[in-house]
Parts: sequence; C-alpha cells; structure tokens
Amino acid sequence: MSNYTDELVDFDTALDRYDPVLGFEVHVELNTKTKMFSDAPNAFGDAPNTNVTPVDLGLPGVLPVVNKTAVEYSILIGLALNCQIAQKCGFARKNYFYPDTPKNFQTSQYDDPIAFDGYLDIELEDGEVFRVEIERAHMEEDAGKLTHMGGAAGRIQGADYSLVDYNRAGVPLVEIVTKPITGAGKRAPELAKAYVAAVREIVKNLGVSDAKMERGNVRCDANVSLMPKGAEKFGTRTETKNVNSLRAVEHAVHFEIERHAAVLDSGAKIVQETRHWHEDTRSTTSGRPKSDADDYRYFPEPDLVPIVTTAEWVEELRGRLPEPPAERRKRLKAEWGYADKEFRDVVNAGVLDEIEQTIAAGASAAVARKWWMGEIARLAKAADKDIADLGVSAATIVELNSLIEAKKINDKIARQVLEFAIAGEGTPSEIVEKRSLAVVNDDDALGKAVDDAMAAMPDVVEKIKGGKMQAIGALMGPVMKATRGQADAGRVREIVMEKLGL
Amino acid sequence: MSAISREDVVHLAHLAHIEMSDAELDKMTGELDAIVGAIASVSEVAASDVPATSHPIPLTNVLREDTVGQTLSIEEVLLNAPDSDSDRFKVPAILDGE
Repeated sequence: MSNYTDELVDFDTALDRYDPVLGFEVHVELNTKTKMFSDAPNAFGDAPNTNVTPVDLGLPGVLPVVNKTAVEYSILIGLALNCQIAQKCGFARKNYFYPDTPKNFQTSQYDDPIAFDGYLDIELEDGEVFRVEIERAHMEEDAGKLTHMGGAAGRIQGADYSLVDYNRAGVPLVEIVTKPITGAGKRAPELAKAYVAAVREIVKNLGVSDAKMERGNVRCDANVSLMPKGAEKFGTRTETKNVNSLRAVEHAVHFEIERHAAVLDSGAKIVQETRHWHEDTRSTTSGRPKSDADDYRYFPEPDLVPIVTTAEWVEELRGRLPEPPAERRKRLKAEWGYADKEFRDVVNAGVLDEIEQTIAAGASAAVARKWWMGEIARLAKAADKDIADLGVSAATIVELNSLIEAKKINDKIARQVLEFAIAGEGTPSEIVEKRSLAVVNDDDALGKAVDDAMAAMPDVVEKIKGGKMQAIGALMGPVMKATRGQADAGRVREIVMEKLGL
Repeated sequence: MSAISREDVVHLAHLAHIEMSDAELDKMTGELDAIVGAIASVSEVAASDVPATSHPIPLTNVLREDTVGQTLSIEEVLLNAPDSDSDRFKVPAILDGE
C-alpha cells in the first residue's frame, strides 16, 4: 500500500490545456439459468463451491458445450448496441495463471467477436446527445471469487492466504468495448457515468442480465488519456479497473484527468498501467504495469467449434428486441404530457413502469403521478424500501381513485386505505367495507348528527342565523366526531343551511 | 535463420511457469525451431485462397439448451485441493511483496 499522494491539477484548469480521450470495457454478467460452457447453475449467493461441475474446475478430459441462450443473449446485446453480428465466430483461450481460474485460461473471443461496429447515443442530463462508438461485444466467462484472508479488511495486500469459490467461474459474460471517445471535454466524467448507466439500462431492459452493479452484474474498466488541446495523437492511457458504481465511474474519470494533467504538466510521462479505484478516498493507486504478464498467448479453443449465425436466426432475435429505453422515455413523456422536471423526477424515482401500468388500468396521467410520486413514495421512504417493492398494484390505485371520484371516501381516508392495502387487507373496496370507512353522506345519519350538534351549541346556531357563515365550522367538530371523521363536509354545510332555512 | 531463438524459449517458459535448465533450454530451442519450420511448410503448399483454420472438422453450432444439470458435491469438488478451508480452496498469498 502506498501512502503517496498524487499531485493533481484542478479539473477545469486541466481541461483548458488538454483534451481527454476515454474508453470503456463494460462486463455484463448474463442471467442465464446455467453457465457459459457447463450446465452448473448460474446463481448468486449460494454456498461456496456448490454450483460447480468438472468443466468449471477444468478437470482433465472434460468437454465444454456452449449455452445456446447465452449466445442468443449476446446477439441481443449486440443488436441493441446497433452492432453487426458476425456470421461466423469462435472462442479462444486467454492464458494466464491466477487462482480465480482453475483451467489457467479464460475461454473468451479474440479476433472474431460475435458483435462489432456498433454505437450508442447517450443523452446527457441537459438533453445533449453524444454518440459513443462500440468497437466490439464478445462472449466470455467470469472467474471464481477470491477472498483474501489475514490482511487488513479483505485487501489483497498483506494477506496470508486466499480462499477460492468457483461458483462464479464460468458464468456467461459479455464484454462491451468502446472505440476511443474524443470530444467529450469537460463533460467526460458525466459522459462516463451516462454511458455505463445506458448500457446497464439496455441489458436490464433486454432481460438478459440482472444488471445490479452492487452485485457485480455490470462492471466497468475506465480508460483515460490526455493529449494537448488540438493534438491528434492520443496520450498514454491508464485503465482504472473494476469501477463498480455509476458515481465511482464519474469520480474515477474526474480523478484520472486531474492526475494525468499534473504528471504531464511536470514534464513526466504517464505510465501505461492499470489503476485501482478507492471509493473511500475517491482516488486511484498504481496497479501493475502493462508487461509480459499481458502476453496472453491467445489461441483458438480446440474444444469448441465455431458459431455460425444465419440471417433468419439474427432476424428472429431482432424481432424480440424491446423498445429501446431512451425512445420509450421520449414516447411516454409526450403521451403523458408531464413537464420536463415532473418527468425527470418520475424517471429518477424509477416508477415509469408503475405509472404506465396505472394509466393503462384506467387512471389519468395526473392521477397516476399524484399517487406514485406522492403518498406511495412517502410510504416507501418511511419503510426504507424501493417503491416497486411496496407491492402496490396499478389496480389498487385505479380503484382508490374511483372511490374518491364517487365520493365514497375522501383523500385522507384514501391514504389510510392504501396503507391497509399494502398491509394485505384486500382491495380498497373490501377495506372500505370491512372497516366501515365510507364517507357518511346519507342525509338521515348526517341530519341526526347535525341536529345533535345544533342542539348542543345554541349560541353557534344564533351566530349562523345572524349571517356569520364561518360559524358553521364550529359544528363540524361534533358532526365529524359522531360520524368518526367520515362526514362529507360539503354536505354537512348544505344540511345546516337547509335546516336554518338559509 | 532460426525461427525460434533461445530468448524466445526463455520467455515462453516464463509465461508458462515452467522452470527449465540451461540444457533443457538449448534442447527445446532446437526442437521448437524444427516444429515451427515443419508447420511453416504448410504455408508453402496452401495458396492464398485457403483460409486459415483451427477446426478441420466442418462442424458448427454445437450448442446445448440452458437447462441445469448435475453438480459435484463439496467433497468431490475439494477432492484434489492441496488445502481447503470453509468449503473453499485455500491458496497461498497471491501478491506477495507487491
């Protein structure tokens, strides 16, 4: 561990002098039922080494067989990234020695990725669209999980030994590699975050990955280099490994730009190396330099024959593509007529699906937004849950709203009914019935309550007769009490006036 | 001129984590050079219209359905492990001295 603190140049100053060039390698874990080359379960969180077959251990004499669904998911990702799909491609062995792979090689693709030459249009927060070119998306397998023991806080440095769990070894991965991204300037960190967010959203929308960054389903290596403003030859790059949250991607690019600028300003050269990201200090430290260790001696995997994709197969898969997330957002915003900020809040709250379903079930766009961004969001926050995990259905909201419109309940009671519904007491109508929550507006019951209140407060009645209409409010308390808060206030006022002949 | 130098073999041995004596390096340099030379003769026969191939058998798309099969028991998984702890393989510290 180095305690050396890097010199930094202020971000804006750095980018007055230099142009940044970015590049990303994003690894996406597919959510197939089984692994890439074996029929062991692909599952997260199971007991160590329980999802392991002889193929995953690389035992002698085993024969890997490619998972057809993983190939199809990879093609779907390629299509969603506007890539060409290779008519023929194959697998290769990437040789390295590390205990996370018991075979001493990772089965990957080398010079013939299944998808190549694509692009993704990234919309930044202010609406500016930035096109990121995709170099390739290739199929490979994940490695096992190492736990370093004896060092400080699970760090590899100072560890006495490591424990290896091969449950993750062989889980299907798609690695998406961009071409060098130029021209982002000061928006480079923001673009980095938006790009990874867009990839995550696409694979989630395709249903091919659980896309949870905190579980490592989507992992990013961020390449950064600087060149003097106006130059065309790229500078030496560094690759910050395993930046595993959207915020960290943004911060890592920001930090590396500041660090590179300081090194270049001092007249020194950037060392081409991997960097480790540290969330606690929001900084990177030197990993290993690029060297012989990167001589992976790729060669064609003799145990796996080539994959051939026919036009029919690819077109069948293209037909399965859902509406791209960015296009869907544009469409929904127009359909719902929300203001920019209203819509952005809805997107950030992650309730697009819920609102869409509620509107489809018969609510207006305004009513759907009122409930999901109002009371339901409040309850979710109070329960420290995601809104989607509260279990509120679109049908519940539509029913609550029609009860309000029919004046069976008021807004206040509706909020109580919602809580009872979340607690599993039934549909809103059932709850209103069971708990006798319907607003009392039948004139007999209300009339009696009003009579009682007027008899108890003759002075108030005199005031009303004398023209002080706001005195009616004093009768409201006893009437509400008698009807347990379920009186329709407007109707009470009318009855008082009728009784007094006003 | 030899296709394979002694330095190439030293480099390869290092990459492959194989310890080799000077005598072995000398011997292997000659043998590998002969092998590379033999393979190179294929290029003399194959015209430019013959694509490079890694799989001589004309077989493609050997795929399986995404269905879970049998896994090994923990005892079987760890049967060949030199050491284990908590149902996991135990390996020496990896980045010693870095």
